[in-house]
Amino acid sequence: MIYSLIGYYSLIFGLIFGLFLFYLSYKNFKNSILLDNKIIVFSFLQFFFVIISFLSLIFSFVVSDFSNVTVFNNSHTTKPLFYKISGTWGNHEGSLLLWLLVLTLFIFIFLVRAKNQSVKYRILTLVFQQVIIIGFFIFLIKTSNPFNYLFPIPNEGLGLNPILQDPALAIHPPILYLGYVGSSIIFSSVLAATTLKMISSSWASHIKKWVLISWIFLTLGILLGSIWAYYELGWGGFWFWDPVENVSLMPWLALTTLLHCILVLEKKSVLTSWVIILSIATFTLSMCGTFLVRSGILNSVHTFANDPERGLFILIFLFVLIFLSVFIFFLFHKDDGRNSYNFFWMSKETSILLNNWFMMYFLSVVLIGTVYPIFLDVISSQKISVGPPFYHKLLIPFLIPFLLMMAIGPKLKWIKSNLDDKLYLISLFIISILLAFVILKNFSQNILINTILISSALYLFFITLRDFFVKKYKKISQNIAHFGFSLLILSILFNNLFSSEIITNLKVGETFENSETKIVFESINQKKEKNYNSIVANFNIQNSKGEEDTFSPELRIYNQPVIATSEADIKTTLMSDKFIVINIVQNQDFFNVRYQVKPFMMWIWLSVILISIGGVISFYKK
Amino acid sequence: MYGRKVKLRFLFIVLILITLILSVFLILKALEENVVYFQSPTEIKLLSELNKNKIRVGGMVKKNSISINSNEVNFIITDYKNEINVSYTGAVPNLFEEEKGVVAEGFLKDRNFFSATKILAKHDENYMPPEVKEALGEK
Repeated sequence: MIYSLIGYYSLIFGLIFGLFLFYLSYKNFKNSILLDNKIIVFSFLQFFFVIISFLSLIFSFVVSDFSNVTVFNNSHTTKPLFYKISGTWGNHEGSLLLWLLVLTLFIFIFLVRAKNQSVKYRILTLVFQQVIIIGFFIFLIKTSNPFNYLFPIPNEGLGLNPILQDPALAIHPPILYLGYVGSSIIFSSVLAATTLKMISSSWASHIKKWVLISWIFLTLGILLGSIWAYYELGWGGFWFWDPVENVSLMPWLALTTLLHCILVLEKKSVLTSWVIILSIATFTLSMCGTFLVRSGILNSVHTFANDPERGLFILIFLFVLIFLSVFIFFLFHKDDGRNSYNFFWMSKETSILLNNWFMMYFLSVVLIGTVYPIFLDVISSQKISVGPPFYHKLLIPFLIPFLLMMAIGPKLKWIKSNLDDKLYLISLFIISILLAFVILKNFSQNILINTILISSALYLFFITLRDFFVKKYKKISQNIAHFGFSLLILSILFNNLFSSEIITNLKVGETFENSETKIVFESINQKKEKNYNSIVANFNIQNSKGEEDTFSPELRIYNQPVIATSEADIKTTLMSDKFIVINIVQNQDFFNVRYQVKPFMMWIWLSVILISIGGVISFYKK
Repeated sequence: MYGRKVKLRFLFIVLILITLILSVFLILKALEENVVYFQSPTEIKLLSELNKNKIRVGGMVKKNSISINSNEVNFIITDYKNEINVSYTGAVPNLFEEEKGVVAEGFLKDRNFFSATKILAKHDENYMPPEVKEALGEK
């Protein structure tokens, strides 16, 4: 009760401080010799009140204060403490409060850290950020207040969806949001810099840190979600081209492109329009992600209560922001040719430009695949879905030149360049093709496209691998990231090609056998925990080499809410994962069993971590 | 006639245009081939001809209709006006139960028989896919 009160009024205070900040910025902007200390204090206070509000929501969850509607809807007294806390952002209201928390935190850090920048620029960035922050305050207070009362006070809550009760998913939203919201700083800063006409290489090296931070967190956030989907949803895959996944991939693609452009801008003062547009696009796509996921338009685990008012608000807010930024872009940004200079076909600039176009193509494919079903539903009420074949068909052919370019591009010099050691580049290419062919020679289907794909990924792999040893490589961060990417593509390809799967229905005591695998369903036993009961099934699985493994996948029936979930049993080794998941079909003796052997699963995760390590190194590099 | 620079720029613009047209064409073509339509049992009954494309069927699992053997799960999807028999080989999601909403993806054998390749998972007991809700006429 008291926590809700504190939380709610802290939000109001935060909003009021936001309005004050507008006023102070206006006053300070006119005589801008020094940054008014009050601005920093006030933006700290704003952050402080949001954190108070956030903490009081956490406390409400911890003490199971069911007079709070949000707590009632998403918590339960028998839930472990860890999931009571993570339940705070496992719902619509709480997760928006988390957005707001990160928004205010980042602008405060920005103000403190950007001491060397001009005062006008800092103030203007603050103003643009406050537009976003105040928009979120109003959204939160008006349409999704996390502190609504419930009377009479119920004794027990409705509980959190059990599939969200998972360590990876507990930290997935905060990490992802750090990435999403980090792009808001880039957005505000790019608008400020455009208005003040100070988009230059020194600005680029200042904003690069923010791009890297949000890129690293976004990458890790997507990774966590993917790992979670792999072991919790029981489909045995890591990416399903589900709209909700796509929605996080799109800002990532834009942000990755932006990262490359920023590096060029830092060195050469070109591609300014690209940088501005990509910064706007990244944040807009992050907002779109929130809109699509939260409004209930997309059909998935992330879809909470379906409230049209919320969707409408975010939509209008989004349009205001897009309109504002496009307006600023056209009004203030004049590419007057001052910085334009010629570069030749064989140069680093060209290869980065090509990279941009490729990335934009990938982005538009994902965008169309995600939005088209919604669009069609609105205009013709036809229900359709777009599945993996669409994406594979459109993305894979373009991945091949993309990979080759990634290998050659970094070797080129600025402005004009000749490739050195052509002989070695060509010989490595031939080796890659031969190797890919050897790997795939026993493989019948789609041999041509697979060979080409694997050889181009191998090519990137070898070239980046060699660069670690050859010279005192200055661009270690870039090399690690590109190496990680080649490893990622290779692992995904091998994982796809060499996975095997058995799906069958078995009764206790029965055995399934084919030429390679023997699955014995030995027994079941029951287990009772505080918040769920479970059936543990015991399997003994033997492969053609005679290796034996015992597996005990679980079927959990949570008591609050009553939902059954399957807990896969996964035996992970460096080279391959064995994955088994069971399910029960209503009132029948049969268990539905799915057994998969998935090679290089581990490497998919490791390579993504490697990619983000590249980002971390770049962040700390002077 | 024209300077080298103008020619180059012209070439560049033409190249970009061609790329754009090509990629739009590719995307639309792929969309056309790979889109999966959603249909209710009643809509299937009214089909004038069966197409061979993959579709999704949604509705409720009829009471007492699930039967299972070692390699197949059979059940009936109903929208309370019409129904369709489904046979399925594959993994079953957690919330697959009688008298609950379901979406099956696969191929029509005839107007009464559907061979499913995938049953879509739902994650929330109270959650009903919008398509199913509409197919059931907001029941």
